[in-house]
Amino acid sequence: MQITMTVNGDAVTREGEPRVLLVHFLRDVLGLTGTHWGCDTSNCGLCTVLMDGVPVKSCTVLAVMASGHDIRTVEGMASGGTLDPVQQGFMEEHGLQCGFCTPGMMLTARALLDKDPHPTDEVIREAISGQICRCTGYATIVRSIQWAAAHPAGSSQVETPAAEPETAEPETAEVSA
Amino acid sequence: MQIPAAFEYARADSIDHALQLLAEHGPESRVIAGGHSLLPMMKLRLANPEWLIDINDLTDLEHITEDGDWLRVGALTRHVTLLESDIVAGHFPIVRDAEKTIADPLVRNRGTIGGSLCQADPAEDLSTVCHVLRAELVIRGPNGDRTVPMKELHRGPYETTVEPNEILTEIRWPIRARSSSAYTKVERRVGDWATAASGASVTMGSGGQIEDVTIGLTAVGLDGSTATRAQDAVRGQQPSEELYAEAGRLAAEDCNPVEDQRGTEAYKRHLADELTRRVLRKAVERLMSTAEAGS
Ligand SMILES: Cc1cc2nc3c(=O)[nH]c(=O)nc-3n(C[C@H](O)[C@H](O)[C@H](O)COP(=O)(O)OP(=O)(O)OC[C@H]3O[C@@H](n4cnc5c(N)ncnc54)[C@H](O)[C@@H]3O)c2cc1C
Ligand code: FES
Ligand code: FES
Repeated sequence: MQITMTVNGDAVTREGEPRVLLVHFLRDVLGLTGTHWGCDTSNCGLCTVLMDGVPVKSCTVLAVMASGHDIRTVEGMASGGTLDPVQQGFMEEHGLQCGFCTPGMMLTARALLDKDPHPTDEVIREAISGQICRCTGYATIVRSIQWAAAHPAGSSQVETPAAEPETAEPETAEVSA
Repeated sequence: MQIPAAFEYARADSIDHALQLLAEHGPESRVIAGGHSLLPMMKLRLANPEWLIDINDLTDLEHITEDGDWLRVGALTRHVTLLESDIVAGHFPIVRDAEKTIADPLVRNRGTIGGSLCQADPAEDLSTVCHVLRAELVIRGPNGDRTVPMKELHRGPYETTVEPNEILTEIRWPIRARSSSAYTKVERRVGDWATAASGASVTMGSGGQIEDVTIGLTAVGLDGSTATRAQDAVRGQQPSEELYAEAGRLAAEDCNPVEDQRGTEAYKRHLADELTRRVLRKAVERLMSTAEAGS
């Protein structure tokens, strides 16, 4: 059936089966592989995206249920070559090691700071408590988010890293499960 | 990769439309609200509906309304809304206590109270909350609304009296004067279901005695209903540590926990005892502090 939604500001329409999960629609149909998936069982939070500004686990939302909604993924965080302050914070404070949990962590952080620009460490820890990081021990993630809170306009000294080569082919073909 | 088996999907644009879709597609159709219980079950083939009727656009099912002696909550109200609502916390602090421990913030952004109650999982925290608050449920079907008390909602684990052609539309909690409540849960980590949890609501009489009380336990084989012997022991008595201990002892005796990866039977019984004491103590403390603030 037809699935229409806004992804990172762009209207997209694709055909897909109702059973396609939002995470696979984003990755396999749109080629936006920045959204990761791990557990498949709504436990790890790796697949977190923003739906109408609210963090949700995209492995537990059907793409058809997201139809008509506004989705934001990690690919939509930087604008015009400038990283989101949250992304800068993760660079400044070493908020990642392997990077697997990072897209979801940064999106939750973005949603939190939009609501509460100066959260306490405790509020940050609560906000990310549905997301698992096996590398950092969370301390640097909390510091990264605090960096972003302290630099709401980012820092002009931080340069955008060279864009990664396009690896994913945005397929227009139907995904079947 | 876990993906549900194939099904058809329709989105309802009104309650009547949802009922019509359920009637049209028969018992193999299922309502989907937050989807955070149903989709995981479909991935595991524990549920295999042929049609999903999406009710997420039914904004008239998403509300918290004070209405005389009742607080009415729409079935599609999300966990996060219940957690953050000061109206709810003002009348029923047990709800915020419980919501803080339900799943994690991301699940709470999607999961709904209606889905929680209709899922009828014996470890569902809001089921205990609704038992303790003596909730009434409004269920709408082809012949209009009917109201059932919480103790009649569940037929057993994962089974409710909501028929396949019906929708739970509203949860109603009676607002009672001189009352307060509390919930406390032991979980292994954030996002885990209860190892055990307890909830209580108390109403004070004019002589400082506990005029009325309900005590509920989660995940310890009381199947959501209330701990009646413990309640009987507390009702009419002056609050005291000895009284809480007696209630805890009776609650622990009357529950029927089974050993699993969350703990042994003895450990869960110990929790039933200790958590029952804590919620009674907390609910009474809350009542005292609001009484003092009011005088
Ligand atoms: C990782 C994780 C951890 C969790 N931890 C906890 C926890 O600690 N404690 C806890 O209590 N819960 C927990 N949950 C469950 C959570 O509360 C779910 O959100 C809730 O059980 C279901 O709500 P839902 O809106 O997602 O329901 P759905 O999944 O949409 O539906 C569940 C069932 O209810 C039916 N249904 C839904 N709405 C209606 C309606 N209005 N009328 C008739 N039928 C309806 C559906 O057909 C389905 O059978 C957890 C869930 C996850 C994924
Ligand atoms: S992949 Fe979605 S929560 Fe783990
Ligand atoms: S950086 Fe490796 S999982 Fe978080």
